[in-house]
Amino acid sequence: MNFDFSDLTIASAQAAMERGDYTSEALVSALIARIAEKDAEIGAYLTVDEGYALDQARAADAARAEGRQGPLLGIPIGIKDLLNVEGQPCTCASRILEGYASPYDATAVARLRDAGVVFLGRTNMDEFAMGSSTENSAFRVTRNPADTERVPGGSSGGSAAAVAAGEAMATLGTDTGGSIRQPAAFCGCVGLKPTYGRVSRYGLTAFASSLDQIGPMTRTVRDSAILLGAMAGQDPMDSTSLDVPVPDYCAALTTDLTGVRLGLPREYFVDGMDAGVLARINEAVEICRKLGATIVDVSLPHTEYAIAVYYVVATAEASANLARFDGVRYGLRAEGATDPIDMYGKTRAQGFGPEVKRRVILGTYVLSGGYYDAYYLKAQKVRTLIRGDFEKAFEQCDAILTPTTPTPAFKVGENINDPLKMYLNDVFTATANLAGIPALSVPCPVAGSELPVGLQILGPAFGEELVLRVGHAYQSKVEEGN
Amino acid sequence: MRYLTTIGLEVHVQLKTQSKMFCACPTGHGAPPNTLVCPVCLGYPGAMPVMNEEAVHLTVVSGLMIGSHISEFSKFDRKSYFYPDMPKNYQISQFDKPLCEGGSVTITLDGQDKVIGVTRIHLEEDVGKSTHYAKSSGVDFNRAGHPLMEIVSDPDMESPEEAYAYLQALREILLYAGVSDCNLEEGNMRCDVNVSVRPENQTELGTKAELKNLNTQKGVLNSLYYEVSRQTALLERGERVVQETRRWDPDKGITTSMRVKEDAHDYRYFPEPDLLPVVLPREQVEAWRAALPERPRARRTRFVSEYGLPEYDAGVLIASREIADFFETAAGLAGNAKGVSNWIMTEVMRVLGDDACTLSALKLTPESLAELVKLVDSKTINMPGAKAVFEVLVDRGGDPRAIVEEKGLAQVSDTGSIEAFVDQAMQENPQSVEDYRNGKKAAAQFLVGQVMRLSRGKANPQMVGQMIADKLGVE
Repeated sequence: MNFDFSDLTIASAQAAMERGDYTSEALVSALIARIAEKDAEIGAYLTVDEGYALDQARAADAARAEGRQGPLLGIPIGIKDLLNVEGQPCTCASRILEGYASPYDATAVARLRDAGVVFLGRTNMDEFAMGSSTENSAFRVTRNPADTERVPGGSSGGSAAAVAAGEAMATLGTDTGGSIRQPAAFCGCVGLKPTYGRVSRYGLTAFASSLDQIGPMTRTVRDSAILLGAMAGQDPMDSTSLDVPVPDYCAALTTDLTGVRLGLPREYFVDGMDAGVLARINEAVEICRKLGATIVDVSLPHTEYAIAVYYVVATAEASANLARFDGVRYGLRAEGATDPIDMYGKTRAQGFGPEVKRRVILGTYVLSGGYYDAYYLKAQKVRTLIRGDFEKAFEQCDAILTPTTPTPAFKVGENINDPLKMYLNDVFTATANLAGIPALSVPCPVAGSELPVGLQILGPAFGEELVLRVGHAYQSKVEEGN
Repeated sequence: MRYLTTIGLEVHVQLKTQSKMFCACPTGHGAPPNTLVCPVCLGYPGAMPVMNEEAVHLTVVSGLMIGSHISEFSKFDRKSYFYPDMPKNYQISQFDKPLCEGGSVTITLDGQDKVIGVTRIHLEEDVGKSTHYAKSSGVDFNRAGHPLMEIVSDPDMESPEEAYAYLQALREILLYAGVSDCNLEEGNMRCDVNVSVRPENQTELGTKAELKNLNTQKGVLNSLYYEVSRQTALLERGERVVQETRRWDPDKGITTSMRVKEDAHDYRYFPEPDLLPVVLPREQVEAWRAALPERPRARRTRFVSEYGLPEYDAGVLIASREIADFFETAAGLAGNAKGVSNWIMTEVMRVLGDDACTLSALKLTPESLAELVKLVDSKTINMPGAKAVFEVLVDRGGDPRAIVEEKGLAQVSDTGSIEAFVDQAMQENPQSVEDYRNGKKAAAQFLVGQVMRLSRGKANPQMVGQMIADKLGVE
């Protein structure tokens, strides 16, 4: 069986398996072979458990033979290495969790397992999801399949690169400040950060608890809709997951945008933006207008504070979330410690990379006695203003269009010694996490050697249907043109 | 120079819930180490807390019992510090929005009532337990995540005795509320004490020490005796008291420094992002308030006024809600409250003490005790007979009347039968008859005893005494 991995989608593979063109086992075997061929160059995966994946594929085939159906039955996907899958590693790309095997399934993982999904392997990432280039992985560099001199973005860089390189048709990522959308934009795939509370965070190794969300990374908007539908919904294990009905996201996917008001926030179209990015976004806006959408100008006046607020809130929460990695119960324990404090110090010094240490120190600082009001409390107040910006904007429009990132993918090593420049990668994406709203990145068509560019579509809380509809209509129109 | 003492207590109480504070693991003592654990209470990557609503209920009930203001909006916070027995290296606790604020506990010392203010009650999770060996240490996380309520008093106590009385009164209230077993020895009630001393002419409080490791109620009292005298001696020598945390050593009977204020933790509190705020609708709180049990002090007062019991009896009976409930049911049925109280305070308490068990473990019911009291009151049986019936009721239960029948314990009040025994006793003991005639009361007791012996305990002793007196013409 020959597969065209550059074109394979969940929907097309499912249709093929339903027709009996091939089995899940054949599909998974072919993907494993593809990974073996490509991944030495790309570095998208940290581990691929062939036996585990093939067992699941055969089980899915057996279920199908007994009459079971479903959009995800037998579909292999890659999982970012900070989501817990029972019995599998979950390193978070950190030395401190090397050798750790998870005792349980994350809720999103369990729901996909129930839907018949095959877990292909664990994708690379920035350590504990802290980074925008996947260069902070303790284990390997991931390269952008569009240009292997360049980074795939981050922190879900492995998940994006796997989809872009045809090493998976879909993967799961997590997004705290843009970690799904920015690598999706850099690699040229679709990435969705759902509304905060839409998908359970139970089993997502927390970076910043009030910002983290699990989301799909796919080739098409439709595939993201399929995966979201399978993962979404309230979970008794996550008190912050919300009791909002899960609609049929695929049913919302139309190719017409008549009556839809799309806002362009002037704060996201700034001087110094990459000319190519600006040109692609302007073309995308025109396409949406032609599909029937009304384009309106909106303002999100507190945007300029988003990065500062984000790096206070996220590091504060991270400093507490990562305190549990201490060598007492699991993971790395440094040798030769003389007492518990010495053990913590040595274990964390050896186990964490420099970016994680930087953020833990920052977060510890902003929560310290005497600084809390000036940093954390102030940041939360500004966060409320940023959320208010979006609420006001959504009175004038139904969804908002922006570039996902101000520039296309940068070169490996280019920003690694300049954390501030690296942090600015999140400038257009972190606002959605701070406001808790859904945001989708859809690839814009680029010519020849041009680097991928992402169009970001933001919607109001629980407005995934509309966001996906806009993304699908745009993507369909673009692909029609090709 | 006289010195004044100021004491405040922080009491930690393990709540009596089925499951832990933030996960479904069962609560319980005595299980093998690390068997009552899961990813949540072990702080595994990705695990998240879910609030135990029963723990919130029990905390609010505790607050209502002492007249706290119940917060309609409350929240959890992370309290960060590294310690091996703390799985996440932060404790989920409540910082600035506790469930209960204010309230008070009244104590009585030397007949004087005093109101001790309570600052707040908040809810948090317990930590694990470390055990140290020669070359290594182990941590048992079974206790980690057990719901823990912290009750912080105002610095209102002025002597070790007041602190002790506060702890007793608080414990009594919490036992009444049924929120905890409140056993200091088992660790489900733990106490930290803040204490300072100052010269009587000084208005601002002295420098305080915080005492830890007070595992018994006596420990609270004795550590305070020691610490007050230690601080007083320092001041008398013109030295300064250092603000520090001190550990009580019950074997040596002294406190020793654990850490000074400069080493104090910066807990870096911030709101727990994994949990939603706790919003308690007024109606819910009012429903809980309406279902509160009577407070122990109110019950003591009522026992005196309603049942005509002496203060002492009332105090003993209300100390346990179970016993007080038992008393009320039995007294209502027997129509003789003092009679029921006497039985409980002597025989029932003796059995409970001997067997180290609770009332519910006995076969004795309030109904059967009431019946027994009625049998005595109607002179159907005498006291020795009643005690024999009581033993049966404790061991195997049943209907007291049936037991009286079965054992042939009914008292003989038939004049003819008694007269025969009286005549026999008088014939056999002429000296006693003579002595009684001459006014020796003890001789009368002896003769009654002889009649009881002859009747195998069944004669009504009052009738016997009267008959002997009549026969001898003695008043």
